[in-house]
Amino acid sequence: MAKHTLIAYVEDVPGVLNRVASLFRRRNFNIESLTVGRTEQPGVSRLTVVVDATEAGARIVEANLYKLVNVLRVDDLTHKPSLYRELGLVKVRVTARTRSEVLQLTDVFRARVVDVDEATLVIEVTGTPEKIGKFEMVLRPYGIVEIVRTGAVAMARGHEPLSAAPPLVPTAKEEQHPDAASLSMSV
Amino acid sequence: MKLTGAEIIWECLQKEGVDVVFGYPGGAILPTYDAMTKYPQIHHVLVRHEQGATHMADGYARASGRVGVAIATSGPGATNMVTGIATAMMDSSPIVCITGQVGSKAIGTDAFQETDVTGVTLPITKHNYLVTKPGDIARAIREAFYIAKSGRPGPVLVDITKDAQQLTAEFDWEAAAPRLPGYRPSHHAPASEFARAAELINFAQRPLILAGQGIIKSGTTDAVLQLAKTAGIPITTTLLGIGAIPASSEFNLGMMGMHGEAWVNQAIQQADLLIALGMRFDDRVTGNLKTYALNAKKIHVDIDPTEINKNVPVDVALIGDLREVLTVIQPLVRKAAHAGWWKTIQGFRGDSAVRDIQSLPDSGHLYAAHVINDIWRLTQKRDTIVVTDVGQHQMWEAQYFRHDKPRSLITSGGLGTMGFALPAAIGAKFACPDKDVWVIVGDGGFQMTSCELATAEQEGIKVNVAIINNAFLGMVRQWQEFFYDKRYAATPMTGPDFVKLAEAYRLTGLRCNQRAGVKATVEKTLADKKTVVIDFVVEKEDTVFPMVPAGADLDKMIRRPKQDVMLESGSDKDWEMPAVTVAVARNGHTKASPRKTQTAKASPKPNRAVAPKGAKAGRR
Ligand SMILES: Cc1cc2nc3c(=O)[nH]c(=O)nc-3n(C[C@H](O)[C@H](O)[C@H](O)COP(=O)(O)OP(=O)(O)OC[C@H]3O[C@@H](n4cnc5c(N)ncnc54)[C@H](O)[C@@H]3O)c2cc1C
Ligand SMILES: Cc1ncc(C[n+]2csc(CCOP(=O)(O)OP(=O)(O)O)c2C)c(N)n1
Ligand SMILES: [Mg+2]
Repeated sequence: MAKHTLIAYVEDVPGVLNRVASLFRRRNFNIESLTVGRTEQPGVSRLTVVVDATEAGARIVEANLYKLVNVLRVDDLTHKPSLYRELGLVKVRVTARTRSEVLQLTDVFRARVVDVDEATLVIEVTGTPEKIGKFEMVLRPYGIVEIVRTGAVAMARGHEPLSAAPPLVPTAKEEQHPDAASLSMSV
Repeated sequence: MKLTGAEIIWECLQKEGVDVVFGYPGGAILPTYDAMTKYPQIHHVLVRHEQGATHMADGYARASGRVGVAIATSGPGATNMVTGIATAMMDSSPIVCITGQVGSKAIGTDAFQETDVTGVTLPITKHNYLVTKPGDIARAIREAFYIAKSGRPGPVLVDITKDAQQLTAEFDWEAAAPRLPGYRPSHHAPASEFARAAELINFAQRPLILAGQGIIKSGTTDAVLQLAKTAGIPITTTLLGIGAIPASSEFNLGMMGMHGEAWVNQAIQQADLLIALGMRFDDRVTGNLKTYALNAKKIHVDIDPTEINKNVPVDVALIGDLREVLTVIQPLVRKAAHAGWWKTIQGFRGDSAVRDIQSLPDSGHLYAAHVINDIWRLTQKRDTIVVTDVGQHQMWEAQYFRHDKPRSLITSGGLGTMGFALPAAIGAKFACPDKDVWVIVGDGGFQMTSCELATAEQEGIKVNVAIINNAFLGMVRQWQEFFYDKRYAATPMTGPDFVKLAEAYRLTGLRCNQRAGVKATVEKTLADKKTVVIDFVVEKEDTVFPMVPAGADLDKMIRRPKQDVMLESGSDKDWEMPAVTVAVARNGHTKASPRKTQTAKASPKPNRAVAPKGAKAGRR
């Protein structure tokens, strides 16, 4: 088992996230994180799914995602040079004595303080999920009040397009979507 | 042209070529029912329970290859459809279900009869729609039909709010063409994979074709037979593949799997190449996956990429429509005969326990296997569709009714839905009014949906219902016999007087409890113009042999104990099974004296309850 990062482009229609989530539950796939957001194309959302799976398992996840009617394209970034980023907000307890230590650590992690009061700091940290995990670890002794993580987003490096898959939003040409009447073999 | 949403629904159904719909009205779908009166070309069948409507649509689809349509109201109407939708999903049956939904403004308020139907059916549909505007109805329905029947077929549900049915919109069929950028029903395997597949076939010594329902869906019976003939490859079918290859073909060894032929399962375990054509390695087919066909390379042809390597890891996957795949592969395959392999399989056959039917005594008692086999013999010259329910009778039908044509057996395989048979048969009859439709059903399953007899009566259609009445939930009883020390918890079952029940529905009821009476009963049934219900009162505690206990190795089958082997009863003499006859002679069983008239219960069957080691009571 290893972590696999899959990118899925989906049509931005009601219920689509539910369909993806339901698929993972029903097929008993282990999701580590799932994030979703808009893309450069109107009507298309991008999902980043991190799953714990074997190589064969990842292929089955991919095939199952493709089977969802609203899923336009799926890519596995696992074996491609890629960038991974996650954002975390950490609310940590500080005293007059520990404040400067925490600020130092914040610096080391290139994180920044976004809120301050007499007893806590809220620190914003971005980076790979591992980095955020580490940041959390070093702050734990001071007393973490609350932590929130967005889950990973990912992008392949370089100028190559993700894959040679069909265009994200194919035109609604008739020949691509054969009229019901012309379908005989598959029934 | 401006139409109400309700009218748009009917216009679309008409444009999709729908001639019959199965449904049940209610508040949220009333506008659609009201508009129906303007569309007399489409016949509406009023069912007695919405589950029946879905099974009818399913039976219609399986008998014809066309899309079946079911209609229901919101809330309870829609939830009653759930079993039928799940049944269609598991067996890849193309149906479209249209449900009414509360008004769009009321959604989310727990309005009267509001259920989140698209939520409920999300995992059991190929796709579903919630439509809240009349202008969106046409496209949703067009897409629903297209998705239901293309690629790997399946059920699609369209949930339409009441206000969307009432309001008007411009109806433009052309503009409503499917727009499905993410939907990829067709796949094409690369040439390199074909070459690898052909190489495996050409070098195999002990190849075997596993024929599944995909052959029926793609209509490729002839192409598969041609492949078998060219390369000398024996064929075995799944339960849902029955009829895909004629039972009378010399290449057809019979059914594989849990209640398949012992020699077939042995052949699977010994084969060096399995060519899986449109079948999905269900757990009833493989038994213990750890020991499944370890000697064999595997080629898997399937239109659905998610089936590849799901249960059984394969060496070559040809993802695509079977018709296309077979066309490409055929010229790459070399001629072969594999005489040695065929001989080996004949050897397995001889080694098998004698088939149940030949070992059943002609003791005056009635055995389900005899009833089913007799119905087959007596209807051979007619064009017949058999629809079975789920249980022992279903397995006996698979074993003793010999199907020579695709779509001549309709049965719920993947979900194993009791109550499926009668409504599915009514649907099949609407699809094929010129064929005889027989229902073979247990006394348990029949009681689940027997209300649909009223539908048959109201519609004036004829289906022939053979109840295999063993006064037990027989298949469950069999598991209790094998795996739970014969503790028959909640399996003995009474029922109504089925003859009187039929008569109460103004139909014909017959009863038969003697082997000698089967012929006359069947003839009477065929002569009757109405739907006939026959109560075949059979041996109560009879067992389906052979059997692979759930999770056991495929070749570790529980066989009919040798002690049971009897002389063929008189009327079985013309049963053709030469290989078996030879084996019987060799084993000396032909000299065994006929069993005295004992009931199955009283007869000594020491081996019966002995399950092989490692057998465990799995899920059913
Ligand atoms: C009590 C009981 C006992 C049973 N015992 C047995 C048994 O002993 N033996 C047995 O075999 N079954 C048995 N079954 C049935 C079993 O559960 C499965 O339903 C059955 O094995 C499935 O058969 P299949 O794979 O051929 O069909 P399906 O499940 O319908 O699978 C068909 C496959 O073909 C593919 N396909 C569809 N169209 C195409 C196309 N155009 N081109 C290419 N591929 C296509 C689909 O994607 C799918 O993967 C039993 C069921 C019950 C209820
Ligand atoms: C709806 C449903 N409930 C329960 C089961 C479990 N089950 C499988 S076979 C069977 C017994 C069927 O009995 P009957 O209809 O009398 O047929 P028989 O096995 O006796 O031929 C049962 C209860 C099922 N398959 N479907
Ligand atoms: Mg019964």
